[in-house]
Amino acid sequence: MNWLTADRLRLLVPALSLAVLLGAVFYLQPRSMSYVGLNLLLNLAVPITLATIAQMLIMMVNDLDLSMGTFVSFVACVTATYLQTDPWLGVLILAVCIAAYAGMGVVIHLRNLPSIVVTLGMSFVWGGLAVLMLPTPGGTAPDWIRWLMTSKPPIVPMAIVASVLIAAITHWLVIRSAFGVVLRGVGGNERSVQRAGWSVIRAKALAYALAGLFAVLAGIALVGLTTSADANIALRYTLLSIAGVILGGGEFVGGRVSPIGAVIGALTLTLAASFLSFLRISPDWQIGAQGAILIVVLALRLLLNRREAREGRQ
Amino acid sequence: MKNALVLGALAAALVCSTAMAETSGKRIALSNNYAGNSWRQAMLTSWDTITKVAVESGLVAAADAFTTAENQATEQAAQIQNLILQGYDAIVVNAASPTALNGAIKEACDAGITVVSFDGIVTEPCAWRIAVDFQQMGVNQLDFLASKLPEGGNLLEIRGLAGVSVDEEIHAGIEKGLAAHSNFKVVGSVNGDWAQDVAQKAVAGILPSLPDDIVGVVTQGGDGYGAAQAFAAAGREIPTIIMGNREDELKWWQEQKDANGYETYSVSIAPGVSTLAFWVAQQILDGVDVPKDLVVPLVEVTQDNLEDQLAATGAGSVTNVEYTLEDAQATIAAAK
Repeated sequence: MNWLTADRLRLLVPALSLAVLLGAVFYLQPRSMSYVGLNLLLNLAVPITLATIAQMLIMMVNDLDLSMGTFVSFVACVTATYLQTDPWLGVLILAVCIAAYAGMGVVIHLRNLPSIVVTLGMSFVWGGLAVLMLPTPGGTAPDWIRWLMTSKPPIVPMAIVASVLIAAITHWLVIRSAFGVVLRGVGGNERSVQRAGWSVIRAKALAYALAGLFAVLAGIALVGLTTSADANIALRYTLLSIAGVILGGGEFVGGRVSPIGAVIGALTLTLAASFLSFLRISPDWQIGAQGAILIVVLALRLLLNRREAREGRQ
Repeated sequence: MKNALVLGALAAALVCSTAMAETSGKRIALSNNYAGNSWRQAMLTSWDTITKVAVESGLVAAADAFTTAENQATEQAAQIQNLILQGYDAIVVNAASPTALNGAIKEACDAGITVVSFDGIVTEPCAWRIAVDFQQMGVNQLDFLASKLPEGGNLLEIRGLAGVSVDEEIHAGIEKGLAAHSNFKVVGSVNGDWAQDVAQKAVAGILPSLPDDIVGVVTQGGDGYGAAQAFAAAGREIPTIIMGNREDELKWWQEQKDANGYETYSVSIAPGVSTLAFWVAQQILDGVDVPKDLVVPLVEVTQDNLEDQLAATGAGSVTNVEYTLEDAQATIAAAK
């Protein structure tokens, strides 16, 4: 047995793609190879990373959250309004949101509903609430989050410290901790988890609640960067978060997710956009080029998966 | 012909200003969030036309236009941060959101970059704002009607898309104009959604309930031609309908003018406002003291310049103006 296990190999492709992309960006734009440069390049990836982790937690239990973008936008609106003016009311609203996510998990499980339909429906609810809260763009970021997101830790820029922290904490939570194993088990084989005496419904509620928590953090972090919010601020996050999980080596089904991979996936997506803009590719082609990068990485993944299948899984 | 004139004026402007310009090494970027309609296309084309000459003559080192692949604030924020990394000296922004880019714009200002926002302006205090005075568009309409019809009379108002701030602003300007010219009275109001077909249907619907002596129609642009069609179809005398610089509107006006000497007035904003923002950025880089809030000049088509403006407006387009350095200097002086 060498150290290059299947799971590590799975992480290798995203990690390598990130390294190659980072090298290309440094080559195209040497200015980015500095403390300030790296921060500018990656600070908007922090909320995307958090949203990707949230999406990963949902995908871990074989579901998909199509309301991620509108939910993060809604949280951003709450952060820029209530969390700023009445912190306690703001915290209460966000707590209710997390509870709503847990409830969503329970309903999806109990009624055996397709998560895509439920979350798509919820996306209109969040979107409507966000417009009610902030009919015109505005609001102000609370000082503490503004301070946190623009903080300048020594040597390593905030964006990288945050990414490493997020990866470490969620890796421990999902891969190392006992209940993380149960949660992944729900995605892998629900029935055997049930037979082993665990409550699947509780596990699903917990997975959704955790996802809600990370999505809330994503919204707060986003406002910390933008200083204010509008009801459509994060609509792109739905697809970005799904792409980030897949890019990072996660699977749609089977509870096969990788928190470190998800963080890397989110960073790769952010860097890919900058890379294309430094290349001065016309905007008409940019979405296509972004798609091409995704396909290349996924093709590499597929090759590795084949090898994995041939070697047989331990 | 008109382009030649503009270019000539521009060349003259360049000749007299290069002597003192300190901006020959400066690079200016345009950050744009959307390119999917004719107005934005015209905006980008104008930017290219004007900045190409400026770059070739060495007035600035570069003036590159960047458009985000998707019309999203987060994407534009990332784009602006990339522009900071690319070392531009000034960034001219047409913003996807007035507030959601503030963080990125603050980063740019902190990096010593001049940020000028126009059309879609931003609220971050360190940026310059070239805003459209929509209220003035409303006021001007009433001023024109008052000069043409001193005895006053009944008006029909065509509004834009309900719930959009632009509609509220133009309407507020019309109210202001009504207060100043109290012999005019709005007897009916419909929503034309800035589209000729919607306006035509809406006006046709309200006409039977209106008195016969409508003397004028106040509009918001994109709805004048539809209103004229509705009046014609109802067999009523066509009142003075204010136009909004759209090509179909000007063409109809021209036909009426040739046939029966019809008189009206047309007002809107030129997509070439991007070039005004370019010159303002250049002036700021040049060390000129520029107030943070500037107002876009309105583009007016009158009885006298109708032929020229119509000839210069492409089919299905909007009357455009590409601004010169002098125009920018005049705008700056007016704001001081």
